[in-house]
Amino acid sequence: MSSTPLLVCEGLKKHFPVRKGLLVERTRDWVRAVDDVSFEVHEGETLGLVGESGSGKSTTGYCVIRLLDLTAGKIWFNGREISGLRGEQLRQLRREMQIVFQDPYASLNPRMTVGDIVAEPLVVHDIGTRRSRQATVRQLLDVVGFDPSYVNRYPHEFSGGQRQRIGIARALALNPRLIICDEPVSALDVSIQAQILNLLKDLQRDFALSYLFIAHDLAVVRTMSDRIAVMNRGKIVEMGLAHDVYENPQDEYTKALLAAVPVPDPVRMRERKVERRRLRHALAEPI
Amino acid sequence: MALLEVDDLRTHFFTREGVVHAVDGVSFSVETGKTLGIVGESGSGKSVTALSIMGLIPRPPARIVSGSVVFDGRDLTKLSEKSLEDIRGSQIAMIFQDPMTSLNPTLTIGTQITETIRRHHGLSRDQARNRAAELLEEVHIPNARQRLDDYPHRYSGGMRQRVMIAIAISCNPRLLIADEPTTALDVTVQAGILDLLDELRTEHQMAMILITHDMGVVAEAADDVAVMYAGQIVEHASSEDIFNRPEHPYTEALLGALPHLESENVRNERLTAIPGRPPDLVNPPSACRFAARCVYANLGDSCTTVPPELREIRPGHLVRSAHPASERAGHREEVGAR
Repeated sequence: MSSTPLLVCEGLKKHFPVRKGLLVERTRDWVRAVDDVSFEVHEGETLGLVGESGSGKSTTGYCVIRLLDLTAGKIWFNGREISGLRGEQLRQLRREMQIVFQDPYASLNPRMTVGDIVAEPLVVHDIGTRRSRQATVRQLLDVVGFDPSYVNRYPHEFSGGQRQRIGIARALALNPRLIICDEPVSALDVSIQAQILNLLKDLQRDFALSYLFIAHDLAVVRTMSDRIAVMNRGKIVEMGLAHDVYENPQDEYTKALLAAVPVPDPVRMRERKVERRRLRHALAEPI
Repeated sequence: MALLEVDDLRTHFFTREGVVHAVDGVSFSVETGKTLGIVGESGSGKSVTALSIMGLIPRPPARIVSGSVVFDGRDLTKLSEKSLEDIRGSQIAMIFQDPMTSLNPTLTIGTQITETIRRHHGLSRDQARNRAAELLEEVHIPNARQRLDDYPHRYSGGMRQRVMIAIAISCNPRLLIADEPTTALDVTVQAGILDLLDELRTEHQMAMILITHDMGVVAEAADDVAVMYAGQIVEHASSEDIFNRPEHPYTEALLGALPHLESENVRNERLTAIPGRPPDLVNPPSACRFAARCVYANLGDSCTTVPPELREIRPGHLVRSAHPASERAGHREEVGAR
């Protein structure tokens, strides 16, 4: 881990307007989806961003890769401020920062072949010739464990796990330094989930990638992350080394969240149930 | 005799691509007051099993081609739709995965609860409304009486699932089938729902079938566990036995593939993935359905030629494999390492 972080986020805010009124629309209120969030991601590191639905974790990811404009706050990538980038500069940024989406059924264009999907970033950035791109695509597919002989097939012909491999190959195409993984395995069955998590771990080692790993599954986040930030209602309530956050949580919400996770061990589960009832007060269940 | 006895149930889907053997010879029983967890990955047949019990499979394309579902001495597969309707809701109730779509958005919560009560009990409007309020209180919805007049969109996901549970228990069913009841919910909300189901099962002396893909949820809530793979039960035992002494290579692999919440040094370890994916159920393998993904299938024998029977490897522990853990050399170290 080098001393200057690859990614620095400071005071990120993303507020969405809640509009009311039929004919004259007016903004009545704001949803503070991300509300003053700061963190760093170092070279080769995985920062896990964990939280429940509506906690703002995915919105944070979208803000970092600039799919959403910030309401306030600053982002530096590799020492350069990127929070205000537009147009061509923003496009150039995407060579270094990519994203893998949650739903491999919705994030691949059904009318494009597997080969075209993976080649698209190369075409957009005008990298290589048609022929050299073909070779690159085959290499990328091979790296992610997808049989390159299927380049001319369409996404619907493949299972969720295979599709997620296609999405990962596409994210790798430009040789990025940071990949934002937004719930990359939550649509997959356990046995397939393990394959994809292993792949992400292997790629990180082989290509010195940094990950911002966003997920709701606390066990998945732990197995992937060096450090973990816990989000609740738009704020990071606790951040630290994975071990510290999980073994010795300080924040009441983190404690209650961890205690709520069922573990595959009936004996241990009986103890955990007691703990979870004790901590229930920290959770305001929405009505 | 158990409250529910399913014997050699086979539900097939007759599609243009061929006959899908979705449920292929499933047998189990559920006793009053107990929870059976049915766990498996998508396509393993766990939901179709539940729908077959309820007589809710879509016909066509699906059909129960053989087997019996004996509930309280009556074979449900032989009953007319009319008699089934009387049993559904009053004797056997079901809750589904998605509390967002199981409620009608254009009717108030109160209307939707009283509908079921009046269908089965013939209460007056006022009596039904009082009963509905009681039910909402029983599933711990605050200000129950006022909230009867709200529409579903005013309820959060967890609260909607509580309403579904209230409807399900409204006629005091003897068996509750919960199909992925917490899958769409956050873990903290899930905990509340699982606590509620446990409480109701004890109070009402219900039997419960809990269908889930989540090993943690079964470990928490089930007395007995049936593991399904490719339309069949591959292992069936008490919850403690399944998790502490798994026998089937698939169960072992599934547990091995899970990332752990509570263990050290996970960051630099690879998970033990299961290679490949489940077989096509139009042409399921004629022998062991897990053989193609099984690390023990090459032990030179019958795996790829003879379909293994579900056999009792020790009292109360059933397994469908030629290579259960306790019959493999050196298995103890393996289990100990977990």
